[in-house]
Amino acid sequence: MSKPTIIPIGPYHPLQAEPELFKLYCDGEIVKDVKWETGYNHRGIEKLSESKTFDQVFFLVERICGICSTSHPFAFANCMEEIVNVEIPDRAKYIRSIIGELERIHSHLLWAGLAGHFLGYNTVFMWVWKYREPVLDLFEIITGNRNSYAMFKIGGVRRDIPNNLVPTIQKNLDALKHKLDLLIGVVMDDPVIHARTKGVGVLTKQDIINFAAVGPTARASGVAIDVRQDDPYAAYPLVNWKVITAEEGDVFAKVAVRLLEMYESVSIIEQCLEGLKKEKEGDIEVKVKNVPEGMGTGRAEAPRGEVFHFVTTDGGYSPVRHKVRAPSYTNISTFKKSCVGQTISDATISLAAVDPCYCCTERMAMVYDYYNKKPILSGKDMIKLSQQKTEELKKKL
Amino acid sequence: MSETEKIIDNIKNKFTQDILNTEVKSKRRATITIPGSALIKMADFLYSDMNFRFITASALESGKGFEIYYHFSNDKTGLVFNIHVVLPKNKPEIESLTCLFEAASWIEREMHEILGINFLNHPNLEKLISEGNWAEGVYPYRKEQQ
Amino acid sequence: MLKLGFKSYIFKKSLWLFHFGGASCNNCDIEILDCLTPRYDVERFGMLLVGSVRHADVLLISGSINQKDKVRLLEIYKQAPKPILVVAIGACSCTGGIFAEGNVFAGPVDKIIPVDAYIPGCPPKPEAILAGIFKLLKKK
Ligand code: SF4
Repeated sequence: MSKPTIIPIGPYHPLQAEPELFKLYCDGEIVKDVKWETGYNHRGIEKLSESKTFDQVFFLVERICGICSTSHPFAFANCMEEIVNVEIPDRAKYIRSIIGELERIHSHLLWAGLAGHFLGYNTVFMWVWKYREPVLDLFEIITGNRNSYAMFKIGGVRRDIPNNLVPTIQKNLDALKHKLDLLIGVVMDDPVIHARTKGVGVLTKQDIINFAAVGPTARASGVAIDVRQDDPYAAYPLVNWKVITAEEGDVFAKVAVRLLEMYESVSIIEQCLEGLKKEKEGDIEVKVKNVPEGMGTGRAEAPRGEVFHFVTTDGGYSPVRHKVRAPSYTNISTFKKSCVGQTISDATISLAAVDPCYCCTERMAMVYDYYNKKPILSGKDMIKLSQQKTEELKKKL
Repeated sequence: MSETEKIIDNIKNKFTQDILNTEVKSKRRATITIPGSALIKMADFLYSDMNFRFITASALESGKGFEIYYHFSNDKTGLVFNIHVVLPKNKPEIESLTCLFEAASWIEREMHEILGINFLNHPNLEKLISEGNWAEGVYPYRKEQQ
Repeated sequence: MLKLGFKSYIFKKSLWLFHFGGASCNNCDIEILDCLTPRYDVERFGMLLVGSVRHADVLLISGSINQKDKVRLLEIYKQAPKPILVVAIGACSCTGGIFAEGNVFAGPVDKIIPVDAYIPGCPPKPEAILAGIFKLLKKK
């Protein structure tokens, strides 16, 4: 038996409450096994939540993940509204959905840029992040902050979107649509991207079910699960949209699903803006006096998949137990399947395809020689490896 | 009869003796309390026969002992179905679900760390988050630690 | 003995940045990365995000530090060439922010290593990050 070389990727992976250190066990170029170590990003959020009042918990769950900083409050709000048993006004529903979908667009763009970076297309990275800025501007106009919006509360939202803002938002969306067309044209027709991503990191339907993967990762393998449709909340039942799926399950399918989803998001936002105009301004919340004893589960579809919150209350001011499950928690375990048997340079993009987070490969990734524990390759080099492969392919084509 | 009621009836018929308590909160939320010994049977039935998806599990400590809620989702009807088990305080032990699906592995390791619940037949009950953060044998989510 | 003005001599030209993320929520990290992209573009000032702290002049720290990160942070600080400028970005690394009461919190960054500049905000805007670094440079 030859000695396996261990390649750690990570350890910082701030997407969910606990980031991981991935260790790729390699034999030559080929990845044989993946192991992980977590705990670098543990902040004890579930524990902290038990010491905060319900209103404060919103600010806390918002800070579980900065990229999905609306999905967690969304799920928590759904959960609390189930316990309290209130129906929020339609205007608040529309506002919630608008924020949720804007977030999906910004998250998918962010991911597309990083995927481009991993493949060696830094131009894609720069341009896509430039397109993302107008979305963040919209957030700043609507909520006052670029990330972490603090928009949600039990029974409604904190800030209204005044009707006179609607044209501005619409204008920005129109500009964005044009950019999306450009981006999709570039990505979908590029022979090198096809060569690098097709047939790489394939997950079958059975794998998805076994690992309980969710979100675009599952949808790219033909499993059409989307909480927005299955367990409708906020304004999603009030508007027309469809769930995007693909059958292949490889990295390319995941790219395609994400890119096409952005169009759906734009269309949802447009319909919500129409709906917003019909509702009375300022009618954005119902007052909730106290939270009864009980237990509730809330779900929301984050850009990466289903966010799940479970809360038990005892009639007091703060949760007794608050359990959070972020989508990456299950999606990450699929690496065990998608990376094994591939070359190291493909592993980078397979890992990135799940959209865990960019930081994991950038910050502390190193290739260690197992026996003398000397770093041979740093995270940069790993990305470089992946980028080199693209260069070679480019030459061949 | 709604889709959810049908599902619940189906489960009830199959596991009549095991069910201690049923609570149907709404069209899309239901909880069934069972003894720990029936867990594998029930989870297997939900997962293999009814095509439920395992979401996650939540553990907490209460006056009754350690409680675990296993959350399953039926994506066709949007039903979140919770299996509720109560474990005694002095010996919190239960069968692991990893024999059915991979997805249970992490969450069981996590529950083991934060509350000290023991999962029998788990292939790899290593530390997941506590390494370097808190010592072994300390269970920060237990009430006595507060 | 160091010559007077040694530091200002060293930090006069292009600064290379290394980014250490603790137990953060990711927002601060994104905003740091945002500084590199076309709208803010710190590279025009000669700043570059590098992959190893051994090449860096500035150590950017974001996120709260938990027990496990603390060890890593000390190690990274040890590896860094001195003098190095340490910048704490975001409420989390300045004070602990919302996670300060957590059970694994190991203290704000300045309790662990010396910090030269604090950029508060949750998350600070890219403009604020740029402004912070420039103020720091002027001070030196
Ligand atoms: S300061 Fe705020 S935005 Fe930055 S990592 Fe901490 S919680 Fe996240």
